[in-house]
Amino acid sequence: MSPDPNPAGAEPAPALGTDVLPGRVVLDADDIARALTRISHEILERNKGAADLLVLGLHTRGVPLARRIASRIEAVEGQPVELGTLDVTMYRDDLRNHPTRSPHRTELPASGLDGKTVVLVDDVLYSGRTIRAALDALSDLGRPSVVRLAVLVDRGHRDLPIRADHVGKNLPTARAERVGVRLEETDGVDEVRIRDAAPAHQEGPR
Amino acid sequence: MKKHLIGIEDLTAGDIGTLFETAAQMHDVQRREVKKLPALRGRTVINLFFEDSTRTRSSFEIAGKWLSADVINISAKGSSTSKGESLRDTVLTVTAMGVDGLVVRHSASGAAEQITQWVDCPVINAGDGMHEHPTQALLDAYTLQRHLGSLEGKHVAIVGDLTHSRVFRSNLLSLAKLGARVTAVAPPTLMPAGVGQWAAEAGFATSYDLDEVLPEVDAVMMLRVQRERMSGGYFPSPREYTIGYGLTRPRLDLLRADVPILHPGPMNRGLEIAPEAADAASSLVLDQVSAGVAIRMSVLYHLLAGEPEPLKPETIKGV
Repeated sequence: MSPDPNPAGAEPAPALGTDVLPGRVVLDADDIARALTRISHEILERNKGAADLLVLGLHTRGVPLARRIASRIEAVEGQPVELGTLDVTMYRDDLRNHPTRSPHRTELPASGLDGKTVVLVDDVLYSGRTIRAALDALSDLGRPSVVRLAVLVDRGHRDLPIRADHVGKNLPTARAERVGVRLEETDGVDEVRIRDAAPAHQEGPR
Repeated sequence: MKKHLIGIEDLTAGDIGTLFETAAQMHDVQRREVKKLPALRGRTVINLFFEDSTRTRSSFEIAGKWLSADVINISAKGSSTSKGESLRDTVLTVTAMGVDGLVVRHSASGAAEQITQWVDCPVINAGDGMHEHPTQALLDAYTLQRHLGSLEGKHVAIVGDLTHSRVFRSNLLSLAKLGARVTAVAPPTLMPAGVGQWAAEAGFATSYDLDEVLPEVDAVMMLRVQRERMSGGYFPSPREYTIGYGLTRPRLDLLRADVPILHPGPMNRGLEIAPEAADAASSLVLDQVSAGVAIRMSVLYHLLAGEPEPLKPETIKGV
């Protein structure tokens, strides 16, 4: 999907101004757009339409991705798709290891989760621990009939038996490398970068 | 945020904002069918109450349980303190069982602070004498902020027994940190000694005339008249107090439309607050109770969920 990754350090994102971001771009805005369009079609095909579909974005960057996927599905199907957000902070298994942070908002449609096909959306699938936490959170919120997982990037190195149903791009990485997803809504630019170990900020694995 | 919550004094405006942010999410949990979050699973919280309390204790208990902590209540009556054990021995005995957090109420000002000297776990003050009652002030401010949008520049009257009230002290501090303006209203006998200098330093106004203050405020907070003080000669009779300082039916008309009425409870209906005021559409009394659980969940989460300091060997339990 990304035919020509830039060499390291080349072409810093202009939108953020001053700092030159390290690493190379593996997905640019067009790649991301194409990946999301394909994922949207895959979701529709798998679900045989948009009936009982709930697209649920995981905070932080899964939320704008979910919004984009939902609007693509709406464009194809011509009817609105239910959209929600899920915060898994309180369900994480590593709460003790980090200073506490405030949870984000979990927003579900008034009709709830019961009997629906929930598609979880996240930016990067890595250890699988976030998804484990999300599945636990879902079981406290209701009983979906099916839960599926869509991610923009699957970088491997799973700690748990979890896999994605829809993947934007499989990205083979070393554990030491960092995958940084930046999105227009949260960071001012659409791109996925990969770089050697650096300060863990806005990274997929947390 | 500091390790313990002894008073609003310990919190910055930023800390209060963080606590409110989390409380808002916890508020949503209260409406869920499964009111349980796993954040404090495997943690033990002890409610150590040396003074009577129903709502604060049960509020902390529910908050802890909804975060999946194991909560144990110990009240002084029927405990070893009534058999002559010292505060220190009671606290050390309780914490030796392996406790991750202590919620303490005591009739002596400074008791919670003192306990922090003896234990390793976070201590949350649920009211100490006439000093502070931080979670009450947080839930009051949180309730008001949800109702009014922002507290910046808002004028709040706090009315009642100010001398003996830890709720007043804590509220004064929290409202000031959130940018609200406070007018303290009380009969001269229940106005703290030296209030003039305190008011000048802390930047609040005082008044002996409730009727004069009510038309100007954005919110009114009634404090409980503690019946145990009646014999102290602070006012001639309950009736006299109601006439001068109770939020009576006629006084409701002095308030601007929809000005919220708060009361930390338990209410003495007919004494400091008339039933018409307590049950008015603008009364936030029950909102305060449900906010209390959300705020206490937020406090427990922020103080107990993470491990802000490196573990000392003796505090690693069960490893």
